[in-house]
Order: sequence, then C-alpha cells, then structure tokens
Amino acid sequence: MNKIIQIQQLNFFYGKTQSLHDINLDIHEKRVTAFIGPSGCGKSTLLRTLNRMYDLYPGQRAEGAIHYRGRNILENGTDVNMLRAKVGMVFQKPTPFPMSVYDNIAFGVRLYEDLSKGEMDERVEWALKKAALWGEVKDKLNKSGLSLSGGQQQRLCIARGVAVKPDVLLLDEPTSALDPISTAKVEELISELKQDYTIAIVTHNMQQAARCSDYTAYMYLGKLVEFGETDQIFMNPARTETQDYITGRFG
Amino acid sequence: MNGPMNPVYRKRLFRHRAGIALSVAAMSVGLVFLFWILATLIVKGFGGLSWQLFTLSTPAPTSDGGGLANAIVGSLLMVGLSTMISTPIGILAGIYLAEYGERGRLAQVTRFVTDVMLSAPSIVIGLFVYALYVANVKHFSGYAGTIALALLAVPVVVRTTDNMLKLVPNSLLEAAYALGAPRWKVALMVRLRAVKAGVVTGVLLAVARIAGETAPLLFTALNNQFFSLNMNAPMANLPSVIYQFAMSPYDNWRALAWGGALLVTFSVLGLNILSRTVFSQKAPQ
Amino acid sequence: MHSTMRRQRLQDFIFHKVTMLFAASVLFVLLGIIISLLIGAIPAFKEFGPGFITTVEWDPVEEKFGALIAIVGTLVTSGIALLLAFPVSFGIALFLTEICPVWLRRPLGTAIELLAGIPSIIYGMWGLFVFSPMFAEYVQPALKHTLGELPVIGQLFAGPSMGIGMLCAGVILAVMIIPFISSVMRDVFEIVPAVLKESAYGLGCTRWEVVRKVVLPYTKNGVVGGVMLGLGRALGETMAVTFVIGNANELSRSLFAPGNSISSTLANEFAEAQSTLHVSSLYALALILFAITFIVLSGAKLMLAGMSRREGAK
Repeated sequence: MNKIIQIQQLNFFYGKTQSLHDINLDIHEKRVTAFIGPSGCGKSTLLRTLNRMYDLYPGQRAEGAIHYRGRNILENGTDVNMLRAKVGMVFQKPTPFPMSVYDNIAFGVRLYEDLSKGEMDERVEWALKKAALWGEVKDKLNKSGLSLSGGQQQRLCIARGVAVKPDVLLLDEPTSALDPISTAKVEELISELKQDYTIAIVTHNMQQAARCSDYTAYMYLGKLVEFGETDQIFMNPARTETQDYITGRFG
Repeated sequence: MNGPMNPVYRKRLFRHRAGIALSVAAMSVGLVFLFWILATLIVKGFGGLSWQLFTLSTPAPTSDGGGLANAIVGSLLMVGLSTMISTPIGILAGIYLAEYGERGRLAQVTRFVTDVMLSAPSIVIGLFVYALYVANVKHFSGYAGTIALALLAVPVVVRTTDNMLKLVPNSLLEAAYALGAPRWKVALMVRLRAVKAGVVTGVLLAVARIAGETAPLLFTALNNQFFSLNMNAPMANLPSVIYQFAMSPYDNWRALAWGGALLVTFSVLGLNILSRTVFSQKAPQ
Repeated sequence: MHSTMRRQRLQDFIFHKVTMLFAASVLFVLLGIIISLLIGAIPAFKEFGPGFITTVEWDPVEEKFGALIAIVGTLVTSGIALLLAFPVSFGIALFLTEICPVWLRRPLGTAIELLAGIPSIIYGMWGLFVFSPMFAEYVQPALKHTLGELPVIGQLFAGPSMGIGMLCAGVILAVMIIPFISSVMRDVFEIVPAVLKESAYGLGCTRWEVVRKVVLPYTKNGVVGGVMLGLGRALGETMAVTFVIGNANELSRSLFAPGNSISSTLANEFAEAQSTLHVSSLYALALILFAITFIVLSGAKLMLAGMSRREGAK
C-alpha cells in the first residue's frame, strides 16, 4: 500500500513562533488518517501545510519536506494552484460561494476541465450524489448556495471538493459546526469516500476518529507524540501521554 | 431618596440634565433645518411641476412658460456617462487596494489621496478639466462635464468597494484557493461577488453625489438654451439652469428654478434612502 | 500542465498590473491638478510676487489682483461655520449614541445624513430666498442690540442688516457641514469600549459625566479629525456661499458686510475673465484653495488614522 504523502522533518513558523516541531509522518493512499489532540496542538496547522494554504499569509513559513507522490511540494517551483486542485480541502465552517448550487460545484471543475453542458450536468449530479445531497437539492440547483441549511451547506462544500476528482481530501473539523444528524450523515460519507480518495481529517472528537479512521496521529504542543493504526492507538497506546488524552485525563 | 439632596450631587445632576437638554436641542436644530429646507422646496417648487416641465425646453428670456426638458436630458446623459466611466475604474482600483493593499506603499498612498479627493473642492476639479481639456479644444462640451463628474465619482466608488471587499471573511477566500483557483478568479468571481450589493450601494451614492453638483459644470459643460443631444458642445444641465434662473428677474424662470430644485433634491435624497435600505448589505457571513 | 501554470501566472500578473494602474490613476489626477493649477497661476505670481497672497485689491479693470480678500472670506465663513457646527454636531452625535432610544436611532441618523445629500445649490437658493430675509428681519437686529453694543466685538456686528453677507454664509455653511462632523463623531463615540463606560457608570457617574470624562478623552483624536473634515468641506463649498455672500470684492470689519470667498470668486468671474492676468490670478486663487484644503483634509486623515489604531489596540 502506497505512502502517498511523506512528511519529513517538518517545522512550521508563525513569524517568530514555532508551532510545529520535527514532524515525521506518512499518509497512506486510500485510507483515512485522523489527527487528534487538544486545542492548539498544531493539527490544523499541519493539515494546511499539505495544500500550502499558509502561502496566503506572509509571515507564515514551513521548513522541511513534504513529498507528494515523490515530489517535494515545499519547493519553490511547485505549481501551488495545481497542487490544490489535486489536494482538496473542506473547512470547519461551511463556505458556500455566493452563487447557485450548480455554479458552486461547477466553479472548481471549470478551473481545470473543459466540459460540455451535458458533461457538467452529469458531474454536478455525480458530486451531489457522492455527498448525499442530490435528493435534497435536485430541484433547487439554481438557488443560491446560501439558501441551504448549515448541514446542507457543509455537504455542498464536500460535493464541491469531490467534484474536481482530487487525489487527496483534507477535512478540517468538518462536523464541528453541525448538528448530530448532519454529523452522522457526513461520517457515513467519509467511510464511503475513502474507497476512491485518500482522506486526512482533523477532529477534536475522539469518538469520530475512532469510528472513521484507519490511522490516527496524536499531537501535542506542535509535536507528533504517537502515530499508528487506529485500533492500536485507541486500545493499546504506546505512550502514556496518548493514553492520558484518550482516557480524558486532560484536553 | 426623599429628603434634602446632597448639594454636590444636586449640582452634578443639574449639569447632567442641562447636558442632555442641550443634546436634544442640538438634534432638534438639525431636524428643523432639514424639514425647513424640504418644506421650502415643496411649497415653492410644487407649483412649478407640470407635464411641461418634462416636455418643453428652457424658455428664452421674456418668453412665457417653457420647461426643463433639455436640462433634464442633459443631466441624465452626463451623469449616466460619468457613472459608466467611473464605476469600472473605481471598482478595479478598489479591488487593487483590497487585494494587494495590505502592506504596499502605493496602496497606502492611494487610499490616503482617495480619501482627501473625496472632500476636495469640486470647483477646482472643474477648473482642472477646463485647463486640461476645454482650453485645448477651445470649446465647452458635455464630454468635459462628464469627465469632471467622473473625477468626483471615482473616489466614492473606490472607497466603498475597498471597504466592502475587506469585509469578506478569509474562510470564503481560502475555500476558493483550496480548489486551485488563481488569484484573479478568487478576486472577481468570489470576493467581488460576495459584496455585490454593497458595491452597487457605492455606485448609487456616487450618482447621488454628482447628480446635484453645479460647480464642476460651470466651466466644462456650461449650459445650453436649446434641446441638444450633442455631447461635444455646451450641454444643458439642471444645476446650471437652476443657477441661472434662480437669480433672474423673470417669474416663469424662477418658478422653473424651484421646480427643478425640487426635482433634483428629491431624486438625490431618494437615491440616498434607496441605497441605505434596499441595498444595504451586512457583512457577508 | 506547465502551460496552465504559466497561463495562470500571466493572468494574475496582468490582473495585478491593470488594477494597480487604475489605483495609481487617482494619484495621477492629483498630480495633474497641482501641475495645471501651478502652470495657470505662474503669470500672476510672476507679476505680483508672493505679496499676491497679502494684497487687498481685486480690480479687473486696472488689472490689479491680490488674494487676501478672497482668502479672508473663505477663512472667516469657514471659521464661523465651524464655531456654530461643532457644538451642534457634538450634541447630535451624543444624542444618537447615548440618549436616543434604539428604535429611533436609524431613522434619525438617516435624517441627519440627508442634510449632507442636499445639493449645495439648493442650500444657496434656500439661503438667499428664505433664510436671509428672516435673518435680516430677526437675527441681525437682535445681534446688533446685544453683541453689537459691546466695545471691541461690536464692530463685527455693525452695518445694515441686509441678510446676505459673511455671517449668513457662515451660518448656512454650518448647517451643511453638521452631518459630516456628527457622522465622524458618532463613529468614534461608538468605538469606545463598553467596559470603560460601564466602569464609570458603576462608580455612580451620570451619563453626562461619562461622556465628558470617559468618552471625550478617549475619542479626542477622532473628534479633532471630524472637525478638520468639516473645515475641509466648508473651505471648498461653492454654490451655497456664492448665493449669499454678497459678492463684493472688499474687506470689511463687520460680519454683516458682503464679501467674497475663493470659491465664489471663481464661480462668478472665471467664465467671463478675459485678460491673461485676470485668468491667471483666478488660477492662483484656486491653487491656494486647493493647498489649504489638502493640508486640512490630510490633517483630518492623520487624526482619524490615530483613532483607528486605538480601535485595533483595544
């Protein structure tokens, strides 16, 4: 089984403050890797290095190497836009674009593919079905994305991310702003999506990590404390810190 | 609470009550002036309103009747053309300031200058267009007037666009970048679109601003007694006609001036209220 | 794949440059204004030298021009406007932020903003035909009988009660700039952190005291900035002043007398000015006005920038 992303000696800085220390980690293809840890441990920061989202903010920089399919994406010559087309991201807050549901999905696809109207219709339908949203919006494709409920908006964002057929999907606390029913739907989605995509998910909900992921990384204060198969981490953690966090002694 | 009050406290209370009373008085003063002016316009201008106002052109001195048709059309043409010119310029400049303007020197200076130009004397703008354009082509024109008005409108549009674009939350922008969108597409298709209503408000406010301006037209478009659609010649416009007719000795001229004043004022105020209510946009979520 | 990357880089580059060009165009216009005014004014300064600014003389027939009459007119009318507008604006801002019931705030606030929307020429017409007769009939005689009797200040209120004149222009200007000053004051009053005000109330301060002792010191810079903004606007006002200032090219000690401001001189004379020297002197006036306004408005911006820095440091 392939190691699609290999993180080597990754250090990250917000200005002078270092927030990630010597991270070494592999992400396996077509598996779900979860990142858990208390607030501020750096898990979101780590996720955002994988698609170079931090590039948008001067003063944030990464050192080390992240090999995606063999190429170091931290290098200067990397086509960052193309990287982001292959490594997609869904955020904690649902962020529908100010356009119709249809255009929300089509926006990403149009960036890199030239599809006919029929082909685009198919793609939109396919993506919405993948996100388990098609039934609820198929009559409302022309309505604004902002007119959907919170849970629907988040599934729209997932559909948007899936529509461009990325290689990897990064999910940054995708259900923390949702009600329990929508959360359950999204978790179902994740186990379905992993058949086609590699997924990395940040979550502060340990039960979610235990339910949905194949691999889990426990982080604390910017360091990777333990990483391994989910079953092993939760049932038989190697480090006491991990055990303390999982059993709720703190965090 | 009953019984003799502490004298120190009584003095403080008096000062407080006096202060409050003065504030209420100040507010009343403002409102009194507003209603006084509006009432004057209605009382003196209403009689001048009629169908002829909109269909007949300005009358020659000593002739009867007449209307303001040529002036209305002239103003509409100049304001309309100005808006068409200043809107794209203003929006693009505003986009520059919001997108690239966080730390750049050019952006800081531009913002500063834009804000100063916002309140600069409009007669000087008119003089500038005269010196640059009218003096060189040796005749007044509607085009010159249009340029002067556009120069007044641009800072308004720039300011509003800049302010509105800055309200778009980073999370929305990141979502677009996360799909691999290049910067210009994020700026135009996501960021600008998110604040569409606010930008429209800015344009409406700019229109309201220039619709009533007289000074910049005095040396650019001048005025025209007859109906004309030729923008390359002196062009009739409401403010200049009002100026000329208001101080004249002719009764019908003065009546037309008040009618025109009523028309201009209520149009401008209407635009103001419209932009504040219908198009008011809260920060995008 | 690389061609897509290159195409996007090119598109982003063009986008950056085009928007930058339009942003820079504002600067070009400013530069253009300064240069064209300078060029126009050179003949006048060559003829009259720097003394042009202090000469009290405006005679198109004899071709003798000096800027002082117009400058004094501009400064005096704006000064009167500020003096009158400041307390009223302050009162309005105070009312809207502290005293007014919440449901009334929006409508009353909008009403005051409408004062700013009324075109200058309308103020001029109302001023000339409605306000100044009333001013001449009631206000001016009253002032004459009270302040006009005092030793030194009395001179300011001497002369016939014609209505129009410097004082009248000043009053109308005051009404025009009230919405601008009060709007800025409202904005800065609202920035004051609630915690600060609450701790004063908690000590038993009356509302008035909270305003004087907490709100005002905190918003000092903003208040000054707002006043300077109002001044900048008043200096440049043309049509309203032209209608009521009386258009007399002479200086007088009395505020009741007619005079001229830079903008009203320009409005009245530029279209008909024939001789090069006359035209050039008018350009020189415009240059002086632009310079004064620019300095005042820049000062206002700096004061307000100081205010928003405080907001950030909250």
